[in-house]
This record gives sequence, structure tokens and C-alpha cells, in this order.
Amino acid sequence: MVTVTLEGRGDLTEWREAARTLLLARTEPRMIDWRCRNGAVDDLFGPAAEAPQAPNTAAASVPAVTVPKAFLSLAQAVICHSDPLRFQLLYRILFRLQRERTLLQVLSDADVAQLHAMEKSVRRDCHKMTAFVRFKEIDAEQGYARRRFLAWFEPDHHIVARAAPFFQRRFTDMDWIIATPKGTAAWDGDALTISTEPAANPMLVDSTDRLWQTYFSNIFNPARLKVKMMMTEMPKKYWKNLPEAELIPGLIAGAEASVVAMAERAASEAPLFHQRLQALARAEPDIVQASAGTLEELREEARHCTRCPLHCSATQTVFGEGPQDARIMIVGEQPGDQEDLAGRPFVGPAGAVFNTAAQEAGLDRKETYVTNAVKHFKYEPRGKRRIHQKPNVGEVQHCKWWLTRELALIKPKLVVAMGSTALMALTDSRQRLADLRGEMLQLSHGQLLLVTVHPAYLLRIPDEGRRLEEMARFRSDIARAASFGRQAMSHPAVEWRVPATGDIKPSIGVG
Amino acid sequence: MNNMKKSLNERLAILSDAAKYDASCASSGTVKRDSSKSGGLGSTEGSGICHAYAPDGRCISLLKILMTNFCIYDCAYCINRSSSNVERARFSVEEVIWLTLEFYRRNYIEGLFLSSGIIRSSDYTMEEMVRIARELRVTHKFGGYIHLKSIPEASPLLIEQAGLYADRLSINIELPTDSALTRLAPEKRPANIRKSMGELRLKIEAAGEPTLQTKRRKRFVPAGQSTQMIVGADQTNDKGILGTSARLYGSYGLRRVYYSAFSPIPDASKNLPLIKPPLMREHRLYQADWLYRFYGFGIEEITENQPDGMLDLKLDPKLAWALANRHRFPVNINTAEREMLLRVPGLGTKAVSGILSARRHRRLRLEDLARLHVSIKKVQSFVVTEGWTPHRLIDRSDLRAMFEPKPEQLALL
Repeated sequence: MVTVTLEGRGDLTEWREAARTLLLARTEPRMIDWRCRNGAVDDLFGPAAEAPQAPNTAAASVPAVTVPKAFLSLAQAVICHSDPLRFQLLYRILFRLQRERTLLQVLSDADVAQLHAMEKSVRRDCHKMTAFVRFKEIDAEQGYARRRFLAWFEPDHHIVARAAPFFQRRFTDMDWIIATPKGTAAWDGDALTISTEPAANPMLVDSTDRLWQTYFSNIFNPARLKVKMMMTEMPKKYWKNLPEAELIPGLIAGAEASVVAMAERAASEAPLFHQRLQALARAEPDIVQASAGTLEELREEARHCTRCPLHCSATQTVFGEGPQDARIMIVGEQPGDQEDLAGRPFVGPAGAVFNTAAQEAGLDRKETYVTNAVKHFKYEPRGKRRIHQKPNVGEVQHCKWWLTRELALIKPKLVVAMGSTALMALTDSRQRLADLRGEMLQLSHGQLLLVTVHPAYLLRIPDEGRRLEEMARFRSDIARAASFGRQAMSHPAVEWRVPATGDIKPSIGVG
Repeated sequence: MNNMKKSLNERLAILSDAAKYDASCASSGTVKRDSSKSGGLGSTEGSGICHAYAPDGRCISLLKILMTNFCIYDCAYCINRSSSNVERARFSVEEVIWLTLEFYRRNYIEGLFLSSGIIRSSDYTMEEMVRIARELRVTHKFGGYIHLKSIPEASPLLIEQAGLYADRLSINIELPTDSALTRLAPEKRPANIRKSMGELRLKIEAAGEPTLQTKRRKRFVPAGQSTQMIVGADQTNDKGILGTSARLYGSYGLRRVYYSAFSPIPDASKNLPLIKPPLMREHRLYQADWLYRFYGFGIEEITENQPDGMLDLKLDPKLAWALANRHRFPVNINTAEREMLLRVPGLGTKAVSGILSARRHRRLRLEDLARLHVSIKKVQSFVVTEGWTPHRLIDRSDLRAMFEPKPEQLALL
């Protein structure tokens, strides 16, 4: 049996050196008696024998003992544990690791599970230290350049050195000391000093604690008493150093009475200023004024549209955009994710496809009126995203109310229907989009309709070759609309020859 | 009314009491900040810290106060509505800053969660709040956590400024349906609340794009946005509430939707139920919310077998789902895919990662699961492991009864 005695104050180096030596000597874990100086264990058996001396050679000549990185970082935590068995457990795992290289990944192994349990206990203790240390101001009247604070804390494990850097990163602009029975940490703006010597409770008071107590008792909701939950997270062992904890018994005892008192105070007469506010609100109708019969008025009206349930889940009405005297009106299907957030049509990925095509064709978006058949975004939530859903016939019918008015106000010479929803909204046609694609059709007297695909469709074609082909067709459709626009501008009086339209009948009368 | 100016302590009592109905106290999920370079005060390191717990079981992480509880709105569910006779108070900008810094120095808090009643106008109120955040950051080099409640109808420009200094912004959706909100909060516009969330999402995304010159991303609301819904003040069922949450998560990239069981307030409006807050319902909603976000469940799946669209109060929603879908069990711990492991009652995300890692090296037995901190009692009916099959346990008609809480003797009032 080999006896090894260590300081055991959270320093990995002493254990590491002893363990390396023992491992090189192939000492079996059960042959070692690990002891802690000042610990309860060693006094039972009298003075302990010294650890075997490391071979008296330079470190380089000692064969290297290799361990996975994960073991070192776990060991750094576990060594801070106050359980005397930690040295033994660490050595046993170190020993097994020499043969079982993947041991640490077997979280269900008894040793590994215990290692993690100890690591967790140390981590929790550190975390509770960052939470429950309470600094009290000292020497406030002395006129030091930096303010000074002192805290007393009682950790379970040897964690002062491990937790101290947190306080340095956080409380940089003040001097502080954290004293504990397991050592002290101090910061003076230049250096962090750690000692493992036990300190005594300085028993300080700080007048700001009273404000904190006021806060603590008022942020508490007596109607939701859940004492067990509080006790799990803030165990009683911490209470003696928390200024707020002395209030807890009183708050619990008085909770029921204050809920009853609350109930009795139900609904009294409203104060005077409430009446004044209400009167003021009634005098000030909350409606934006826009002159009647304009696009602006229509847009404002549409903002409050509740004609179908889509408005409940969408962010806002995405109304058409463009000048009231536009010659060309583009009608898409419905706003998408980006349009819904921005409140403007065609600003998302499909909008980008349309913009590029329009730019290449010389179609100026600023002179074109762009809108959608349905003005609210219909979608299905899927995790962090929204999946577009095609509007149904009912929703298209409801929303036609707005499209009809847009057409009536703008009186475009050419309407471009992008996609089948737009086609349906404009014509009630049951014909397939493919059959009407690229045709100039008569929509109503003096008003033409050009049918093309929706740009979002182009983005969804998986085959690269086909996509490019379809993209080119779409561009040529838009180019056709653009050239119509230019000609209509230079020869506004020219009557356009229209090919036979078959059984297309406009569903929207233009007034 | 008492015209004597109230002391700071008295006002702190009023303005923290007024703030307690906001459930959020999170201080996590922001960027890492450290004062060693700035020489200032404060840091944030990923996960937040709960510095205290009140007897209501809620963590106290932030100084959660109202700038003022004067308010021109009259929302029936709110203690601070204009028609309430609650005592009113107001902090100055300097007082909020002082309290935040002094509380922080004593390690009581992680930072500030500032909300406010609306005084004069939305913009005036928001401007004061932005001033507090800016002075904390710029003048006092404060690196702690700041959560600002956006004031409804405040101008987008002010929200943008707030986002430069705050870690998180939130605006409360308050109630699960537009009609309930319109009925109980006549001044609030549900559409404008959504619009504000949408604008914030766009700004957060825009800031996340690296700039052309420096390739650096702008720091803007690094802990994202959240919202809160009051549960039990209106008639909406759990299915409706969770559906609204799903839409909010999908639409605005919210980090969290908080559920707040409607709690009786002093001087309550007659339009509201004066009942004990439905705490268990609130808890079940949080569990369902987690299943939706981290366990691959759809809202439809969680609620489809529940009568009236209400979650089972006796069983957690995953267990309720499993009992209604017994044909999917038992699940073989040694071979099942991650997605299915996550659906086993009693297995959390950590346990599932542990199983996936360990089973690459050995076949797992029930006792291995115990060492991964899994409750054997809870999982054994649903899993097959090396040396364990539940036999017909999964088909037992009293399986539900095995999991239900034991009947308690009624407490005498």
C-alpha cells in the first residue's frame, strides 16, 4: 500500500505529479491510500508516509503519460471537490484510460458517471458563488479613488481560485475581497490575489441592503406561492449570508392574507385623471385623414381590413405600391415572409427575381404599380420559419374587393398576371395558366392582360437547365410588358390589335 | 392623495410591485462582455445567473422595475391601468441608473429590466427609457444585461436606438387573440404590436449581415426579442395559445414566449375572473412550448387528443402524447433514431445525447440509463434495452393511472 498525502485545496498540480509517478510505476489504484493534509482521514492512522518520489531526472526523460483533453478539464474541476475520494476516483479513471481510450465517452460507466456528478457539483457550487456572493461597501467615507467592497461566502468546495476570474471580469472598476473559510480572493485593479488560507466572517453591514430587501419583498407575488421551487434553487445553507433571506419566513406566512386583502380591494371608483384621459381619447378620433377617392385613402382603409381571417396571423396588410397613373399593373399571388414584415410587395427573394427581370427589360418599377391578388400573408409556422400556403378560392374572392378598387383607380393599360392565383383573381378563369401564358388578352375595353408565371415558381425548379429556360421565358414576358409600356407612352392613341381570346371573360368590371 | 414626495425606498416598493406581473427575468443568450478592457463595471457570459429566488419560486436575475406606473392606457388585466386606484410613483432617469449600478455592485443582480407605464406619449416614454440605457452603457461603461420593454406605438427610430444599448427588447402580445386584446386593452392595437415585432426582426437580421467595409456585424439586440402572453384572462384554449406562440416564433424569430398565469391584482377590473392563477396550466404550456421548439413535436400533435384543446393538467404533455400513441412504443434505446428517442417520456435532450454517445461503445441496459440521470420508473414502460423488454406493460389499461399524481386529501381552508 502506498500512502499519498496532498494539500487538497483545489490545486491539480500536486495530484498530477503524484499520479504521473504512480502511473509510471504501474501502481494499481487499489494499492494507493490518498490522504488530505488537515483532512479528517489522516489523523486516524497517524502521520502518513510520503508519496513515492518522482524519478530524479529532468521532465523530458520521463515517458509521457497521455490523457484525453476532456479528462484534464474534468480533473481541474473535480480536484476542487471537497470529497476525500476525489483523488482516488481521478487516479482510477486515469489508470483505466491507459487501456480504455474511449472510456470518457461511456457516460453510463459508473466511474465516469461519478466523475461527472462531482464535476457538476463543483460547477454548481461555482455558479452559486457567482450568484450568492453579496458585496458590502467598506471605507465609503475614506475618499479612496476606487470604491471598496468586501464579501463573505461559504462554498462547499475549494472553488475560490476557480471562481475568482469571473468577479475580476465583472467588478473591474472597484476594489474587492471575497473571504471564505476555504481561502480568499482579492482584486485591486491591477492584480488578482488568491490565498487558500481560511478567513473569518467580517460581519459587515451595508445600508443598501435595505433597498434590496424592499425590492425582494415587492417583486414577490403572494398569489403564486411555490416554496419548494425556491428551496431547490436557493437552499437554506446559503441563507445566512443573504440579506434578503431573513424576509422569507414572513413573506410566506403573510402570503395568503395579502391575497385575501387583494381580493377585497376589487374594483373601486376610477381616479379622476382616468376620466380626463377617457374624455380626451373620445375627442380625438384615431383615423388618418386622406383625401377621398385616392390610392392613399384606399391603402389606409385596407390597413384595417378584416374581411377574412388571414389578418389575425399576418403582420400587416401589404397593399399595392406605385403611382396612381401607372400604365402597367403587376399582380402577384400574396405577400411572402419578407413582404409581410416590411409591409411592401415584392421585396423578398421572388421580388428580387422580378426586379432583375424588370431592370433588364427596362421596365421601371417606379412607374409600375405592383400588387398582389391577396393582401395578407398566408402561412404555416414550422419552427423558426413560416411555410408559404396558397390562398384558397374564398380568400381570393374576399380580397378581390381591394384588387377591383386598385384597378378602378389606376386604370392601367396593361395588367400582368403572375401565377395562377392572380389569373384566377382577375378573370375567374378555370383555364390552365400554361395555355394562356405569354398571350396578350383582352381584359376589358381598352385594357389588356398578359399572363406569365410567378417568379417564386422559378425559384422552386430543381433542375438547373429547366430553371434557366423558364427564367428566360419569364424575362421575355416581362420584356413584352416593358415594350408595351414604352409604345403606349410614345403613341398613346394607338389602338392595340388583340389576338382572339377564346372564352376569357373579365371578372372585374372597370368603372 | 398624498402630495409629499415619496422616498426612494417607497417608490422602489411601488414600482417593483408594479413590475412583478412580467414573467421574464432571463439574462441569458447575449454576447460575451467583459469589463477588463473597458475598466468599467459588468459582464455577460452566455448563461445568466439567478441571484435570488422569491418564495413564488421565480428567479430574481434582473432589477425589474417600472420607470413609472402612471399610465394613459386602460388595459383591464393590468394593475397600472388608468382606471386603477393603485398608488402611483415615478423614478427619474438618474435614480434608475443609480439603483441599477448600486444593486449590480453588490452582486444582487445581472442587470436591468426596465418597463414603464405610458406617460404623455409613447415616444416621450420610450425616449426616457433609451436615455437610461444609453447613459448606463456610455457614461458608466456598464457591461451588464439590459432588457427594455418596447412601448407600443413608439417610433421605429427610438426602437432602433434602444437596440444599440439593450441586450433584449420585448413587446407583449398580452393575449392570444386579437379580439380578446381589443376587448380588454382598448388602446392597444394587436396589428401594431405584430408590426413592431416584424420591424425589429428585420433590423436584427440586417445588423447580422457583415458590413461591406469592415466585415463586422453590428451589435444590435444581441439577446433578441421576446414577448409575454397572459393565460386565463380570456377564454382561449391551450391549442389556441400554442398556435399563437408557434406563429410568433415562426414570424418574428422570438427567443421566448413567456406565459403568465393571470394573477389577481389589487383593485381589479370587474371584467376579469378573480381566481387563483392557473399555475399548473402555465407550467404545462411551458412544457408544450419546449416540445415544440426542442423535441420536434408539432402543436397539432400535442393538442389533437386533448378534449377541448386543453392540455392534460395531471400528465405532462409528452407523456400524454405517448399514452395516446402507444403503437409508437416501445422504443429500442440501442437502435432508435434521435427523433424517436426525444419522444420517449422521461428522456430529455441531454439524456438523449448521452445515450447516442454511449451506445456507440456498448449496448445499454436499464441501469446505464439510471446513470445518465434518467428515471427508470418513468421510462421503463416505453423502452427496450439490453436485458429489458416491457412485455405488455405498454398495453396495460391502467398505464395512465400509474403516472397520475396520487390523489391528495383536500386542504381545509
